[in-house]
Amino acid sequence: MTYLLTTTAAFGAFTLFFAVILAIAGRVFKIEGNPIADNIESLLPQTQCGQCGFPGCKPYAGAVASGEAEVNQCVPGGERTMLQIADLMGVEPKTVEDEATAPMIAFVREDECIGCTLCIKACPVDAIVGAPKQYHTVITEHCTGCTLCVEPCPVDCIDMLIKPELLEHWSWPLPDTHRAQLAIERKGQHASHTS
Amino acid sequence: MLHTLLKSIQKSTRTFSGGIDPEMSKITAAAAIATSMQPQLYILPIKQHIGEACEPIVSVGDHVKWGQKIARSQGYVSVPVHSPTSGKVVKIEEHATPHPSGMGLPSIFIEPDGKDTRDKSLKPIKAYRDTDPTELRERLRLCGIAGLGGAVFPTFIKLLKDNRNPIETLILNGIECEPYLTNDHRLMIEKAKEIIIGIDIIMHMVGAKKAIIAIEDNKPNALEMMQETLEILSESFPDSTRIEVCQLPTRYPQGSEKQLIEVLTGKQVPAGKLPMHIGVICQNVGTSKAIHDAIIKGRPLTERIVTVSGDAVPRPGNMRVRLGTPMRFVFAQHGLETFDHVHLLHGGPMMGEKLKNADVPVVKSTNGLLAMHSTSMKEAHKSEQPCIRCGHCGVVCPVSLVPNLLADQCRNKQFEKAESYDLFDCIECGACSYVCPSNIPLVHYFRYGKGQLAQIGREQNFAHASKQRSEHRDDRIAREKEEKAAKRRVVREKHVAKADDDKTSAGKPDHDKTADHKTADEKKPKTTDKTIQKDKPSPKSPPGKASSGKVSS
Amino acid sequence: MTEFAVILLSAVLVNNYVLTKFLGICPFLGVSSKVETAMGMSFAVMFVMTLASTASWLVQQYILIPLDILYLQTIFFILIIASLVQFIEMMIHKTSPVLYQGLGIFLPLITTNCAVLGVALLNIQQDNTFITSALYGFGAAVGFALVLILFAGLRERIEHAPIPEAFKGSPISLITAGMMSLAFLGFSGLVKF
Repeated sequence: MTYLLTTTAAFGAFTLFFAVILAIAGRVFKIEGNPIADNIESLLPQTQCGQCGFPGCKPYAGAVASGEAEVNQCVPGGERTMLQIADLMGVEPKTVEDEATAPMIAFVREDECIGCTLCIKACPVDAIVGAPKQYHTVITEHCTGCTLCVEPCPVDCIDMLIKPELLEHWSWPLPDTHRAQLAIERKGQHASHTS
Repeated sequence: MLHTLLKSIQKSTRTFSGGIDPEMSKITAAAAIATSMQPQLYILPIKQHIGEACEPIVSVGDHVKWGQKIARSQGYVSVPVHSPTSGKVVKIEEHATPHPSGMGLPSIFIEPDGKDTRDKSLKPIKAYRDTDPTELRERLRLCGIAGLGGAVFPTFIKLLKDNRNPIETLILNGIECEPYLTNDHRLMIEKAKEIIIGIDIIMHMVGAKKAIIAIEDNKPNALEMMQETLEILSESFPDSTRIEVCQLPTRYPQGSEKQLIEVLTGKQVPAGKLPMHIGVICQNVGTSKAIHDAIIKGRPLTERIVTVSGDAVPRPGNMRVRLGTPMRFVFAQHGLETFDHVHLLHGGPMMGEKLKNADVPVVKSTNGLLAMHSTSMKEAHKSEQPCIRCGHCGVVCPVSLVPNLLADQCRNKQFEKAESYDLFDCIECGACSYVCPSNIPLVHYFRYGKGQLAQIGREQNFAHASKQRSEHRDDRIAREKEEKAAKRRVVREKHVAKADDDKTSAGKPDHDKTADHKTADEKKPKTTDKTIQKDKPSPKSPPGKASSGKVSS
Repeated sequence: MTEFAVILLSAVLVNNYVLTKFLGICPFLGVSSKVETAMGMSFAVMFVMTLASTASWLVQQYILIPLDILYLQTIFFILIIASLVQFIEMMIHKTSPVLYQGLGIFLPLITTNCAVLGVALLNIQQDNTFITSALYGFGAAVGFALVLILFAGLRERIEHAPIPEAFKGSPISLITAGMMSLAFLGFSGLVKF
């Protein structure tokens, strides 16, 4: 009987000892918020376009971190962003279903603009300037091409144009690809749009 | 005695790691520099150097003189563009440049009037030794001088007398290790005096204690010429003893700045640093000649020496070509009229870039124009085979990288990893691609990787900026909402207090009425204005939409 | 002093836990796809193994033998290991969320890593003293880390190599592991007992 009691006591004391240590550790290493969400957010292209089904990049990052969203929902980020998120989350990569279009920028046809400021309110990155009853214009270097301003415009005076490729930003294609050829074609399209 | 002997032995055996000995094919080495004829039209891209583009300061119809500034620089890393002749500006529009993308840049088109009237606004500075280096530096910037070895980095930036990095040695690069090219070689033979005066100007500007003219042993006549000229000049030139001519064994890519510095001084330029950080500057012989012209003659950079060679050129040679001359016109003077089954290269065969067609102008970086038969190009560029891990690429790499691994990473889009394996230290000399038995276009992969990394960097910066803008917007909206709510609360409280005082109405007062009441107050109008303005679109738009809906139905 | 060196060397190279004793194969194959995660795993295992081997020696000597409850050995040891793993898990989650995410299920699975329990049991079997058992545990962990990181480095390069389709993925990894094991066989005879 004593033997059984000592054994139980020893085992109990031993267990309690570790339980106390772990309880203290739990206090010390307490985690606030979801740190992985910030890491995911830093990978996203920050277009705030909402194509993932969440109202911006931060909510999507939070949803991925908590497992509510898939890793392949960021359309502008494309395959590279998906791979990075999958890598970070330690899950299998998935294919990005919607093909990302070439980088776009919004363009306000100023002759037709009535100055209603609705597009200014819709722009998630404050890239449209203008005042009520004045022409609005898009600051091209700030536009993320999210298309959120196209829908609110009551007179449909906003076009999405393909972003022109600059000579300084040109980069070599992979050997034996036709990207350079494509770039030239796209540039031609852009020229016909703007003229 | 023994000491100097030991020193000379050390110097001759010192070399850089890696490198190759390609077939040099310097077929134009004996061809004296000819002068190009005037083309019908000059095409001058607004950016011919590394750095920011220039802005045209002439307009269509203007008459310009030879050497007149036609585009001014914007930003620090930039030099202006000058007219190569006197004539009329006929148009300013985009035109293809000698760039691998085949993309264009805004260019100024000048039709020569055949008179070649010089612009004499820049006065020659004969007594450069008594002139302040900053003034000379500004002169070099105004004259549009950029490194003529091929990198076209604005020269004035390098020629800075800086007490933190005192310059010990000036290295004059007469190596010309690229096969086929002989423009520097001919320049050293024909313009040795100008080059040496150019060296003296640079030494004065940076305060260098000595200068080394480095020439490879496959150009013995250039070496002799430089030595003789130094001797002749030594009578009138007290400092010529500080200039030394050094012969080096032929090896590619010895002409690369960092490799040449290692060979001559034994010091390595650390990654991410400039030669001036170890007290050395390096200049091309052509740049030295251009510096001489800019200071002594007051002439901006409007021409350069170009080697026109290759197995498809009937009469290869060296030519003094004014910048802006269409390449088709240059080739025509050497007997090449049709370009069927001919590959054009801008630069040498190792580092040069393929041109899509000959309708691009000669620019400041054009050191050579090569035309090769398609068959000989096909022999050099066989299709890519899998890597057999022979390691030759690593052996020949002058910057001690592991090219096969880097190419693998670039191919598989592991750009960050490639960066951590020092992709950006690659000088794109092409030695690895040259020796690869599997014909892997290694340098092409590195260029791809570097471009993608730059693209990723730009995207990240843009994303970061967008995020900040988006956060600012969210903050502003939240703040506005709060302010609005606070103001409403204040108004309501006042009204309630008033109502209590009056004891007239027991119900909740209408918001708009309250606002109307308060207009007399000094502080209030702002509030009311804003609330009215903000409220306006919302009540108005729904009826508008509803009515339009009715009409359509 | 020589004795300590011999223990360390034999634990790291000659009697390597993964490649010679074939213990701890699960994380060896599971977290070796990236060098960074492999390094994190190695650190965690090093921590757990060294502490587990010393703690289990103390428990064996001062609790199990005096109270004559040796039949509870496994339960006690597993309890120690599980607690240590819990502790390191909390620590990693706090200090490096990315590593925590990268290790995933393999972090709590250190509990069932046979190499850890193996070290604890072998210490008892070999009648090690306190110092030698600590050293043995540490050496075994270093050996594990060495092999894991080397293997991760190899796998990173193999991943994009042009290998036949049929060998891609696990097959080439297993072949590589086998070849590494053969290579480590070369260390046998380095230390003679």
